[in-house]
Amino acid sequence: MEFEEPPEHTAIREAVRDICKGFDAEYWRQHEKNHEFPWKFHNEMAAAGWIGTAIPEEFGGGGGGITEASIVMEEVAASGGAMNAASALHISVFGMNPVVKYGSQAQKEKYLPRVATGELQVAFGVTEPDAGTDTTSITTRAVRDGDDYIVHGQKVWTTKGHVAEKVLLLVRTTPLEEVRKRTDGMTLLLADLRRPEVDIHQIDKIARNAVGSCEVRYDGLRVDGSDLVGEEGKGFKYLLDGLNPERILIAAEALGIGKAALRVATQYANERVVFGRPIGKNQGIAFPLAEAHMRLAAAELVIRQASWRYDQGLPCGEHANSAKFLASDAAFFAADRAMQTHGGFSFATEYPVGRFWAESRLMKIAPVSQEMVMNYISEHVLGLPRSY
Amino acid sequence: MNIVVTVKQVPDTWAEKKLDAADKTVDRVSVDNVMNEMDEYGVEEALKIKEAHGGEVTVVTMGPAKAVETIRKALSMGADKAVHLTDDALHGSDALQTSAALAKVIATLSPDLVITATEASDARGGVMGALLAERLGLPQLTQARKVTVDPAAGKVSIERLADNGYALVEASLPAVVGVVEKINQPRYPSFKGIMAAKKKPLTTLSSGDAGLDAGSVGLAGAGSTVVDSQPAPPRQSGTIVKDEGDGGVKIADFLAAQKLI
Ligand SMILES: Cc1cc2nc3c(=O)[nH]c(=O)nc-3n(C[C@H](O)[C@H](O)[C@H](O)COP(=O)(O)OP(=O)(O)OC[C@H]3O[C@@H](n4cnc5c(N)ncnc54)[C@H](O)[C@@H]3O)c2cc1C
Ligand SMILES: Cc1cc2nc3c(=O)[nH]c(=O)nc-3n(C[C@H](O)[C@H](O)[C@H](O)COP(=O)(O)OP(=O)(O)OC[C@H]3O[C@@H](n4cnc5c(N)ncnc54)[C@H](O)[C@@H]3O)c2cc1C
Repeated sequence: MEFEEPPEHTAIREAVRDICKGFDAEYWRQHEKNHEFPWKFHNEMAAAGWIGTAIPEEFGGGGGGITEASIVMEEVAASGGAMNAASALHISVFGMNPVVKYGSQAQKEKYLPRVATGELQVAFGVTEPDAGTDTTSITTRAVRDGDDYIVHGQKVWTTKGHVAEKVLLLVRTTPLEEVRKRTDGMTLLLADLRRPEVDIHQIDKIARNAVGSCEVRYDGLRVDGSDLVGEEGKGFKYLLDGLNPERILIAAEALGIGKAALRVATQYANERVVFGRPIGKNQGIAFPLAEAHMRLAAAELVIRQASWRYDQGLPCGEHANSAKFLASDAAFFAADRAMQTHGGFSFATEYPVGRFWAESRLMKIAPVSQEMVMNYISEHVLGLPRSY
Repeated sequence: MNIVVTVKQVPDTWAEKKLDAADKTVDRVSVDNVMNEMDEYGVEEALKIKEAHGGEVTVVTMGPAKAVETIRKALSMGADKAVHLTDDALHGSDALQTSAALAKVIATLSPDLVITATEASDARGGVMGALLAERLGLPQLTQARKVTVDPAAGKVSIERLADNGYALVEASLPAVVGVVEKINQPRYPSFKGIMAAKKKPLTTLSSGDAGLDAGSVGLAGAGSTVVDSQPAPPRQSGTIVKDEGDGGVKIADFLAAQKLI
């Protein structure tokens, strides 16, 4: 067993840190406050090729694995950019996985190079108002019209819907009542977010406001037949295929937030003097930070194990789910302790900890909730009866 | 163009720099080390010249085993190959010895152009470029804020930073050119660059491999010795001028007292 980080991974960390250094706490505070997409940051990351890290080389990417991509995303979050930074890139980094794996050669040639350079923004449209965790309940419908499809329905939480040109859209091509299995009859389309057939509104969120998430209505949107990803009716399978890598990425982003929160908290605990001494001298402050460090370190190992397994082509459902559970839990714990350490100032946006706190909390809910991870482990790892 | 660029790994600019208590050399173990920031400009300039005129960029460094990180960064930025002179016997070498060792290595590469930074942020001697030029028997152009090479004419010309503008200076190739930070904006290593760097040739030389006499390098044979050192005194607190309607006058008086106006 080998635990030493390969030098190229260390080099990735340093290179990404170099770029992120140019985007300080104030940059993120302003973008959060003004609900402004961090284009400058996005474009610099794109220019150095980081967005395309995991896109195959033949389509203009870096040809890296989920290990490399997750290291990039960890560093992005750990820089203090947290989810405002990570979400600006996240979907471009791995969201096109279904196209890479199941798309036609023409689709790959047409879209992947533009995603890799950061020119093409693609959103991910799965969740609906009445179908979140229970994906198979989606009702957004696509009906054949010659070679094309006509889409009607409604999605919610489509992140970057307001800035994206296209959306990887999960639709029902066969209604739920007519399929043999609930997971049948769903299809992935690479649809245009074209107005006026598509109506997009940003949701008023409690945090992570530099990157919008949207309510999106589709009213008779025509999707060219060439934008069908893979085969009709197999969309759910394609989606499942991308879940593990996505969980690994999310876990790495959470880890990054946790590290950022811990760094800021430790510095504050060393500097803030109360009752004549730095508050870090109190075990009531120090011990929870020490615990946060250990929890993050443990989660990091599971992330590394999961990403290694994925890149080796080994089954990694248990590991990817565990990584996401442990990392988002450790991140929120660290951020919560960072809040406590900052006392009343945690509530001032002048300090980034409030943002870390809210954004790490998100990681316990989306894209998959802690409960669904436990459902997975209970059923598929422990062999307990399915509970739902 | 066969371009050699020298780089050095130094303690991070923000790290508190210390001397090792035992032998008074720079402590490179207990701190984060990075590529000397100014060297990034040198590497960038070498890459630009290569992109314009073709050829090859070779990175040369002398330093402990860890300095390979700095080599890797230069290779990730796009340099083609590297030579790492590393050996415990080299520890503690002063500028004279270092320049002799580096010159020996560089001479074997027969460069058309050697690019150095103006100084490294640890020792801040600012003499390496001149020492190398002397030892290699090459002309040296310093403080370059712009470099133009004309391989056909065998010439290199620079805009040399001056107090009120710049001086145009030229030399025949091969030459040693020292660059300043104004010269360019160093690129970030890209993911592809990092992965490609893994496969680029890296030659590691001991002092013996490089043909250096054992006695000519290292702390014992150094021409200069650090006798003692003191941490810099804490900065004096500034003078605070309280504005009671006459702030402007007080500031003017203060500046006049300092002979600044
Ligand atoms: C900021 C943000 C960005 C997002 N971006 C996107 C995006 O880009 N694209 C997209 O498609 N979606 C996106 N989402 C949606 C996200 O994936 C969903 O919110 C998530 O899947 C949960 O679905 P839901 O909100 O409908 O919760 P629900 O499904 O309503 O679940 C509510 C609660 O019940 C629990 N629960 C449900 N079923 C069970 C069960 N069987 N056992 C135990 N507990 C259960 C859940 O764990 C959860 O805690 C985003 C969400 C947020 C908040
Ligand atoms: C929204 C809001 C409204 C407020 N309204 C008012 C108001 O109307 N009027 C007013 O006067 N103030 C107000 N406050 C200030 C509030 O009372 C202080 O924030 C609070 O008393 C904590 O002080 P502090 O922020 O300076 O934290 P600090 O004293 O700096 O403490 C930082 C952390 O160190 C811990 N700590 C400190 N010493 C020790 C120790 N010996 N052992 C263990 N742990 C220690 C603290 O528990 C805390 O977790 C408000 C604050 C907020 C956020």
